[in-house]
Amino acid sequence: MTQDEVKKIVLDIIADIAPDEDLSQLKPDVRLRDQMQLDSMDFLDIVMELRKRHGIEVPEADYLKLATLDSCGEYLAPKFAALAAKG
Amino acid sequence: MSLPRIVITGVGLTSPNGNSLAEYRGNLLAGVARISRTEIRYMGPLLAGVCTFDPLRYQKKKELRVGTRAGSIGIYCAREALADAGLTAEHLVKDRTGVFVGITEHGNVETENEIYAISKFGYDTKFWSHYHNPRTVANNPAGEISLSLGTTGPAYTIGAACAAGNMGLIHATQLLRLGEVDFAVCGGVSESIHTFGIYAGFKSQNALAHHEDPNRASRPFDKGRNGIVISEGGALYTLERLDDALRRGAKIYAEIAGYCVNSDASDYVLPNPTRQAECVRTALQRAAMSPADVHIVSTHATATPMGDIQECEAIRAVFGEGCPETWVNNTKSFIGHAMGAAGALELAGNLPSFSDLVVHPTINVDDLDPQCALPGLVLNQPRKVARVDTILNNSFGMLGINSTLIVRRYVG
Repeated sequence: MTQDEVKKIVLDIIADIAPDEDLSQLKPDVRLRDQMQLDSMDFLDIVMELRKRHGIEVPEADYLKLATLDSCGEYLAPKFAALAAKG
Repeated sequence: MSLPRIVITGVGLTSPNGNSLAEYRGNLLAGVARISRTEIRYMGPLLAGVCTFDPLRYQKKKELRVGTRAGSIGIYCAREALADAGLTAEHLVKDRTGVFVGITEHGNVETENEIYAISKFGYDTKFWSHYHNPRTVANNPAGEISLSLGTTGPAYTIGAACAAGNMGLIHATQLLRLGEVDFAVCGGVSESIHTFGIYAGFKSQNALAHHEDPNRASRPFDKGRNGIVISEGGALYTLERLDDALRRGAKIYAEIAGYCVNSDASDYVLPNPTRQAECVRTALQRAAMSPADVHIVSTHATATPMGDIQECEAIRAVFGEGCPETWVNNTKSFIGHAMGAAGALELAGNLPSFSDLVVHPTINVDDLDPQCALPGLVLNQPRKVARVDTILNNSFGMLGINSTLIVRRYVG
């Protein structure tokens, strides 16, 4: 899975947890919480939905790596790849 | 000691047969019940009173996702009550406004949902929502209202089983009289149709109504009654001290005349007519009224075979035969049992009688149970009467909690 595909997955999750937000102008290199209403509980939603929908675990120590869409792509792509390799 | 007079200045509600007082009252007078068959988890299609208000009128989609159904019902009712009182949240003195919401139970819906959700993941609790606690704390519905209105005064729920709807108003009256708050949003809400547990509990108790025609299922006082129809809903009121209401030129629906809350201390579920009668008598005494001064008795009767008889025994003991202008009705035959909202909704359905002098009936009585044949019972058709100056509203609940609230026509 490419980083762009991973970013699309994250964006789909964000669209569900922030249904009132217009996400079309979201900049991939700017912190998500600086561009939209995203509190700590919403952030935990992203972590939970990654777990529920895709079996991806993000340990608390790595939360900062989900700060931007770009960093999500970089951090999560190897995890998705590892998962795919496991079959 | 002379206590400040407290008045009702706004009503906001959602019931299965109406999302405003006008719609609801119209249906109560037209004999329109609205009970549907709905899918209950693990149990299949069962009867329920379902509300159809638009939650997006006052909430964002995200708030709906994070919050609870009880919170949504509360926010809708609170905002509607404020609008009815001629106010918006911006008018409120935030730290002097209280929110007091009666509930039968809270948290069952959200807990069941989470258990169901983790069942899809082998009951692994790492899939348990981080929203579980804010959704299930007992103050949730009141807290969601305070978040929506931005009020910073006391906001909490009052757990009182099915006596809770009256309790919201009673508690608000007490705090307004104490000067703890200057304005109150109060009443009761229920989201109970979304928990299978309450259905299964009533079913095991043989107290769940069944009928081919959903709208004929809730039939208090009828010989063929066979139990409760569970409903969701809410009714919240704005309460103010009379002086404040007059100062701002508020419309006044009614004045709080008296109330009582007591306990049976006799059984977990079976009502106690002696204690119920004491509750009604004490409320009358506090209102400085005699039974004959009451023009409408809004009964709690839920259509269980035993509960209706017990309440009728209590009412007969207090009102007897010497009250020719006292009329008795019931609202659950139209909307089912809205649990924590029941008392508040049932009062609301009767309030317009002060102006139209019509007593709405209890419907679905084809064969009146002789043990429920109270004098003054208004059956199946509304009744135009000579006077409505006083309404007495009964709400009783499990573990033997009784509440009676008396309101009277406001006279300056």
